[in-house]
Amino acid sequence: MGRRVLITGLDSFWGGRMAQALESDPEVEMILGMATREPTVPLERTEFVRADQTYSILSRIVAATQVDTIVHTFLVVDSTRVSSRALHEINVIGTMNLLAAAGQSGSPVRQVVVKSSTLVYGSASTDPAWFREEMTRTSPARTRVERSLLEVEGFVRDFAEDNPATVVSVLRFGNVLGTDIITPISINLSRPICPAIAGYDPLLQFVEEDDVVRCLEHVTRQRIPGLYNVSGAGKLPWSEVVDICGTRILPISPFGTHAAAAPLVRMGLIEFPPELESLLRYGRGVDTTRIGKTGFSCRYSTAGAVENFIRAVRLRRSVGDAPPSYTYSQDVEQFFRHSPAVVRSDG
Amino acid sequence: MAAGKETIQRDQRAALVPIPRTDTTPAPGHRVTDVDEWGRSEHTRTIARRLFAPLYDNWFRVEWEGLEKIPKTGGALLVANHAGAIPSDAPTIMHGIEVERGRPVYGMADFFFKEVPWIGTVWARVGGVPAHPDNALRLLRDQGQLALVFPEGTKGPSKTYADRYRLRRFGRGGFVEIAMRAGVPVIPIAVVGAEESMPIVFRIPSLARLLGVPYFPVTANMLLFGPLGLAMYFPAKFKLRVLDPVTFNVPSGQERYSKSRVMEEAEKIRINMQETIFEMLRERRSVWFG
Repeated sequence: MGRRVLITGLDSFWGGRMAQALESDPEVEMILGMATREPTVPLERTEFVRADQTYSILSRIVAATQVDTIVHTFLVVDSTRVSSRALHEINVIGTMNLLAAAGQSGSPVRQVVVKSSTLVYGSASTDPAWFREEMTRTSPARTRVERSLLEVEGFVRDFAEDNPATVVSVLRFGNVLGTDIITPISINLSRPICPAIAGYDPLLQFVEEDDVVRCLEHVTRQRIPGLYNVSGAGKLPWSEVVDICGTRILPISPFGTHAAAAPLVRMGLIEFPPELESLLRYGRGVDTTRIGKTGFSCRYSTAGAVENFIRAVRLRRSVGDAPPSYTYSQDVEQFFRHSPAVVRSDG
Repeated sequence: MAAGKETIQRDQRAALVPIPRTDTTPAPGHRVTDVDEWGRSEHTRTIARRLFAPLYDNWFRVEWEGLEKIPKTGGALLVANHAGAIPSDAPTIMHGIEVERGRPVYGMADFFFKEVPWIGTVWARVGGVPAHPDNALRLLRDQGQLALVFPEGTKGPSKTYADRYRLRRFGRGGFVEIAMRAGVPVIPIAVVGAEESMPIVFRIPSLARLLGVPYFPVTANMLLFGPLGLAMYFPAKFKLRVLDPVTFNVPSGQERYSKSRVMEEAEKIRINMQETIFEMLRERRSVWFG
């Protein structure tokens, strides 16, 4: 019997892409996606269930569909996009319900994959240049996103301890750049001016969006347990990233930085969440030796990810955003998936 | 085989996703600076060396002894005594080894530097690395580089002129433990001259607390030249002596080493350095002419 996979946040960037990636895998028998909204990418055979963001209904779905793998991509790492209330509901309460459903007695779940972020390490002057997975952050977590991710990872650790038979994979991804993804960093870099904290030029690491999906696929397919950092090789100073992207630095006062940036954020000139503020002061590096030993390597280095990103931005500047070629329509999708009239090549 | 299979899957996926892609092969990513993963830039170092050379050659008239003991390749942990309100020994050692031995030196220092705007950035570009044990291990073991540490920490440069050339406690011997773990030798360097280049007359602890700096010195240079004294060294004659490399007969890569052994080795190195410094001072006829 093939694998039965449940993906959380099918409407999110990563959920949709992960579902697309798994659709081409013949070993995956069934893919079920949960989300609050309709998926935004075309999917051939992924089933879509509408659920609230905290997954209160999840235990029934798990029991009814007998999924053996849960890919938890629906963790918010960008605090500018949702309210702090929603962030807490999605990350903390969502994960709690998810793991409760996966850990109920007689649960069919054999693997849980969690997409976390290197934000859990924070960014401080006392940090090592390269964080290994077993190291802990050197400064207390002050931002909401970081606190919620630490809480999530705590739940996952407890879950792994209570369910030793279940493969638990946690991937901490570095700052993502890519053709399509929108993050505070990508927004800043694609504008004519880009914030930097005057007097600081931190070293940053990036990972390309395709590598993120490839890595999620890799640990899911190979059922690799453990905690892994994932990021492109090498580090670049922020000034060089800005230079490669052809934008200009807008220096922000190193003292009272938050207050100095607030009006600029208000005017919509820059994106400057608190996580970015500490990152642009002290930078962050993660050691990726451990994921390398499982046979995975990123195709893009940090410099490659930056270059690939800016090439996509330049293309968009010339041809504009590609018109949305796909709109989810419940009836049509149901027809395509279930009607005997549709010819399916894969049988 | 595996790579071929993956390409096919990628192509299939591309067929499913009609998103215009900018490219299909990874962009290698070209760099526009030579800043390495530690923040050091050889380009900036070259400029720094050019600026420091007159000071090195004509002001301090640096003289080395035993420079050949510093290996041309492979990792080694350099330890030296630390002195002068704004220590001139660190740039001198780094400059000397880079010029004479032709290889970079990473100077490890307190995290405090990283926090100071502008200074922290320049410090990183000229080879400064925060003294985190993991950073040292990576430099020495994985990359086979030279790392310079001052085991006295800020206790060295913050001492007043009355305590000159008396080595402070060598921390908790962490440098020995790192050298053991990395499996590299410790090479002690005794420095004479830095003490007199910017001697501290007294310190103002309340001002240090207020400014959030480790210590606030009032130097003889400041008393003579006012604020200019912050950037004005006395032309003391610098003499540096490289001692024999110390190796430890222990297996590398261990998580922990016997604390008593570590402390014993650290103390042995400290005593050896202290004796060498006293010996060099016995030979010295003049502070200014050596």
